[in-house]
Amino acid sequence: MRRRLVTVLLAVVAAILATPAGAVADTQGGETLNGQIRKPETVEGIDITVFQGDEEIGTATTDSEGRWEVELPGPGDYRVVLDEESVPDEFVVAERPGTEHTDVQVRPGQQRTVIFVLEYPGQQESTPSPTQSEDDSAGESSGSGEDGTEGVAAAPGVSANSSFGTKVLQLTVAGLLYGLIIAISAVGLSLIFGTTGLTNFAHGDMVTFGALMALLFSGMTLFADVHTAITGLLSDVWLLGPVLGFVFRPMVLATLVAILLGGLLGAVLERFVWRPLRRRNVALIQMFIVSIGLAMVLRHVLLVAFGGNRITYPDFQLQEAMRLGPVAITPRDLTIMVLSVLVLVGVAALLQFTRVGKAMRAVSDNRDLAESSGINVDRVTLYVWTLGGALSALGGVFYGLNQVVYWQMGFHLLLLMFAAVILGGLGTAYGAMVGGLVIGLVAQLSTLWFPSQLMNAWALGIMIIMLLVRPQGILGRRERVG
Amino acid sequence: MDILQVLADATRSAIGPVAAVYALAAIGLNMHFGYTGLLNFGQVGFMLVGGYGVAVSVSTFGLPLWAGILVGIACAVALALLLGVPTLRLRADYLAITTIAVAEVARLVYRAEFLRDITGGVYGLQGFAGGFYDLNPFPSGRYGFGWLAFNARDLWMMTVAWGLVLLASVLMWLLVHSPWGRVIKGIREDEDAVRSLGKNVFVYKMQSLVLGGVFGALAGAMLVVNQQTITPDQFMPQVTFYLWAILLLGGAGRTLGPVLGSVVMWFLLTASDSVLRQLTSSGVITFITNSEIGGIRHALVGVALVVLIVFRPQGLIGNRKEMLVNVK
Repeated sequence: MRRRLVTVLLAVVAAILATPAGAVADTQGGETLNGQIRKPETVEGIDITVFQGDEEIGTATTDSEGRWEVELPGPGDYRVVLDEESVPDEFVVAERPGTEHTDVQVRPGQQRTVIFVLEYPGQQESTPSPTQSEDDSAGESSGSGEDGTEGVAAAPGVSANSSFGTKVLQLTVAGLLYGLIIAISAVGLSLIFGTTGLTNFAHGDMVTFGALMALLFSGMTLFADVHTAITGLLSDVWLLGPVLGFVFRPMVLATLVAILLGGLLGAVLERFVWRPLRRRNVALIQMFIVSIGLAMVLRHVLLVAFGGNRITYPDFQLQEAMRLGPVAITPRDLTIMVLSVLVLVGVAALLQFTRVGKAMRAVSDNRDLAESSGINVDRVTLYVWTLGGALSALGGVFYGLNQVVYWQMGFHLLLLMFAAVILGGLGTAYGAMVGGLVIGLVAQLSTLWFPSQLMNAWALGIMIIMLLVRPQGILGRRERVG
Repeated sequence: MDILQVLADATRSAIGPVAAVYALAAIGLNMHFGYTGLLNFGQVGFMLVGGYGVAVSVSTFGLPLWAGILVGIACAVALALLLGVPTLRLRADYLAITTIAVAEVARLVYRAEFLRDITGGVYGLQGFAGGFYDLNPFPSGRYGFGWLAFNARDLWMMTVAWGLVLLASVLMWLLVHSPWGRVIKGIREDEDAVRSLGKNVFVYKMQSLVLGGVFGALAGAMLVVNQQTITPDQFMPQVTFYLWAILLLGGAGRTLGPVLGSVVMWFLLTASDSVLRQLTSSGVITFITNSEIGGIRHALVGVALVVLIVFRPQGLIGNRKEMLVNVK
């Protein structure tokens, strides 16, 4: 019962968060007033009337998604009134913006959105619910498919009445988790910068790509069938049964596929975009702009293909938090942390001890010298891109598991990845790891004193302070900076 | 398909106020990138502070409109100093990363809950542009002919916006043909050479950043006056990428480059939009819906950016030799 309730709540949250994607520019067509009653949830059957002066222009009733629309005779000033009688008993109309909008100016061709907000009784301005305070951007006609929760990672299990020490511990854990995810995604960015000198703006969208691929494959029935078959066969076998049962869970299989596809995407980009551009002697600054163009293409293709909704993975979602001393953490987040550490150690070992890793570091250090000492630079660069793509896809899956999957997740993570890379030192893989952890911790711990909406702002602020005092970063060497 | 409708839509948007606003912001970007070689990827941040300068001053504090525009410009100067002091001494891509990050931070701050009393939070602000439209000298009515007609309000807006574009262009021409402009262009070509001539490169770069930022702030102010509303989420990073596409399409390092780029770009964008909409509504294309056209348009801008920079970095009217410099 409780599980079902939570599922329903999640569905409601997803519905609230879903906003249609729009364009930046002006719109065409007839003038309308429209809106969506969706806070705290979508409400059907609310009457909204539009007046011009004292003349009634039209009435609309919200549909099952809470949407309403009134067509207007032309531009001008209108008054929009919400009928309080039609509001169901479990809601009241919020004090701001109230039940009436006066002086709604509609310009020629404008499809203007008017916002009404409902609340649960007793839950007034002073105690806004999370969805209410963080969410809404559908309030403009030139809207975009994102909303207020962007980049705001909720720290799980932090309640207002826990002591300061517990809070610090809890946020530290959340910060470590966040930092590890940033670090995993950023290592590739830093390696690519080191080997090719390119600041890859499309890296964030490679993260989104990984997350969305995992989402696509986690819903595949084939994987579910495989999982059922495996667990059916091996459920009695000691140790092997549960382990393989986990490994063959659809989500885990989908993650592996996503990593493979992410690596493939990196390799394809390097082989068919960046290598030809290098052959053409395109300057780095031009390549940098190309990467921004590529990022835009990738991001919006993903937006069109998957829609602008925030989606959660079907698996590993509803978990009881475990208590480890004062800290509460879900098994999912703990697994993400352990796996992230393992992967980062693995990458470090790869860089430190294998031939390929040494070659990567050599190319990163001095491309020409590496080439003249017999390293196949093109091939090493290809490996770096593959590794970077795979890692970013993994980071995307972890980020999506920890929070939600949406088309701009990678872009929001990208700015933090840049901060991490700059903080640690551009071009050094270890710097990206250290920088990622610092950024994650700063972001989460800032919520102790400051509003959580600004946590990413603090992380980026740290980056700017770092540029002021030590531009080469924590682990960077001084001569890297021009 | 109604070709005439497409052409009419496209022409209206190409000479409309939005195209003028983008041209003005792109002129600022041209100052940064086209003449000085600065990689500013946060031009939208300047537009944001310019727009909110007007909106907050008028709506929240009840100042007159001209004071609001001055406040917006002052904010842009402050933002340019904030961006420039840490990054202008470093390699070019540091400035790029910092500008895009700061523009995003500014948007997050302006939409934050605790500032709602001042900035209106995610709901933004309305009703601050009345003073502008009260000055409208045109008597109400339709101006123009047939499908190319504007009402008095739009005509007033367009006159002012394109007038500002003209002023900015003239100012830019005078500036880049002055001794100051030669130093600026020298910095783009070879920073060390200029430094060896005893010029303080940092100060010149800073002046360029401030000046271009002020143009951006003016564009932001005009944008919100045109819409009569402001919300933080219309200042997404995509706007900056649009500006880059406009600048590169028109030709960076040319006075008229951004203006031409904006007109052509909005013509093409609206035309493709209009064609796609007609095709989907008449059922020729079934695999995309109307709501996805915005996404497709952004993707097309991305493609344009890539193709332009690789195959024609000088844009429509630029000088290829000038644009092939290696920015360090």
